[in-house]
Amino acid sequence: MEGRIKLRNTKSIIFKAVVVFFAFVITIPLIVVLLYIIKMGVMQVNWHFLTHVPTPEGETGGGIANALVGSVFIVGMSSIVAIPVGILAGIYLSENPGTRLAYYTGLCVDILQGVPSIVVGIVVYFWIVKPFGFSAISGSIALAIMMLPIVIRSTEQTLLLLPPSLKEAALSLGVPYHRVILKVIVPCGFAGILSGIILSIARIIGETAPLLFTALGNTLFSTNVTKPMESLPHVIYTYAISPYDDQHDLAWGASFILLMFVLLLNIFTKLITRKWNIQL
Amino acid sequence: MSAILIVSVVGIMITLIIQSIPSIQSLGIKYLWGKVWDPVNNVYGAFPFLQGTLLTSFTALIISIPFSYAIAIYLGEYNTKGWLSNLLKNTVELIAAVPSIIYGFWALFVLVPIVRKFEVSIHVVPLGVGVFSASLVLAVMIIPYAAALGTSLIRMVPSPLKEGAYALGATRFEVIRSVVLPYTRSGLFAGILLSLGRALGETMAVTVLIGNTSALAHKFLEAFFGPGNTMASVIANEFQEADHAMYLSALIELGLVLFFVTVIINMIGKKIITKYTNK
Repeated sequence: MEGRIKLRNTKSIIFKAVVVFFAFVITIPLIVVLLYIIKMGVMQVNWHFLTHVPTPEGETGGGIANALVGSVFIVGMSSIVAIPVGILAGIYLSENPGTRLAYYTGLCVDILQGVPSIVVGIVVYFWIVKPFGFSAISGSIALAIMMLPIVIRSTEQTLLLLPPSLKEAALSLGVPYHRVILKVIVPCGFAGILSGIILSIARIIGETAPLLFTALGNTLFSTNVTKPMESLPHVIYTYAISPYDDQHDLAWGASFILLMFVLLLNIFTKLITRKWNIQL
Repeated sequence: MSAILIVSVVGIMITLIIQSIPSIQSLGIKYLWGKVWDPVNNVYGAFPFLQGTLLTSFTALIISIPFSYAIAIYLGEYNTKGWLSNLLKNTVELIAAVPSIIYGFWALFVLVPIVRKFEVSIHVVPLGVGVFSASLVLAVMIIPYAAALGTSLIRMVPSPLKEGAYALGATRFEVIRSVVLPYTRSGLFAGILLSLGRALGETMAVTVLIGNTSALAHKFLEAFFGPGNTMASVIANEFQEADHAMYLSALIELGLVLFFVTVIINMIGKKIITKYTNK
């Protein structure tokens, strides 16, 4: 009898050890990737790197100014499209649960969340690139489509968490419905909505696949949004598969900047959610 | 605004279907198991890509399952609060945050040489790039999805159930095996489905690593360690080169298949979760 209990206890301890081992082993790849990118990238980044465009193959020097500016433009434009639509749709979903339109919208959000990014790229190619040619705008629209479900879901979840008494109190004071939404509901859920937006930007800024057939990429500096534009993830992709060492160096630098940006955005979201105590 | 969303999703579906009509009409259902992909001679068969996609996704899934289960059990049962638990939780979330192109780029320069050495030691052609490397990276990338869902589900197991088992003298392992895991089984399965949906559609890391060949390997070892192509990677590589309507249409049909497969998998996963959390 003693022996049997001992066996069971040992089994339990071994199981715990295995679980702990597997759970923590998974942090190794992340740490290795982070350290490697930092090691390779940090040497590349200097003022010259940030303010110059890439040089032709074989020449040393050059930077990624065009990709930096391009990424900011493309992501900025997609935010302008996706944030209002996403917040409004999120408000609709949380205000009218159970209606038929809300049900189908929820279904569409779920579908959109699962659509592979490359498929979004193809579709936007036919919507916009086919009639108007490659442009930064088409890339922004592709990214906006990827951004929407995250913004909608986070807005909806945050607003559902608000106590209904808030809204009822405002309504009982005779405040019109649209002002209740704008002055009470949205400000109260602001932190949650904001963290959803930041998270969605962090997600789309590293998306490459939808940009392959839309924003295309451009080796020159360009701020014309109706023409092809370079972006950070795309510059990494093209230079990663190129045979030149100089270009690999550029790509390491670009990866470093992209990675830092994504990490900062994520940490920022964490701080916001911790301060306002939101569960996403 | 909600209506805009619905219109755009329906629009995506319609666009894909319309653009792939030429290929559907002329190739029919044979397209899916045609073994040869030869755009120059207008022969299109998607089987190599189906095989590549399934092989990479399921290998990645099998590698990832022990890890995501372990994280879910650790965070959900052994260590639910405290700095260590928070640290691990945030780290796992960061894994999902790193852009896939960065994983691909890193793996191309660090992982591929290691895999190459490994392939030399087991006597297969040491290319380094291929299905195996792609699966390894993919496995890391999809772990957070199943792990996050599993954690929250395991935390939702009612404590009277567990307390009952403890009162009967069960050890921790026995409680987990015969109370927690059976209770959360369908939820954990849903988490794996969501991971699978991610793995199927993942493009950039795979495109960089898989080696890109449309030829069908005949032996299993060749298919497993050799270069291949997934549906997403072939679209990424050949879409811009597609110079005639038929070629383009065949690629879009791949996109259509990918779209429906991921949508169905995600829907099943979501259904299980809602059913589970409302119970």
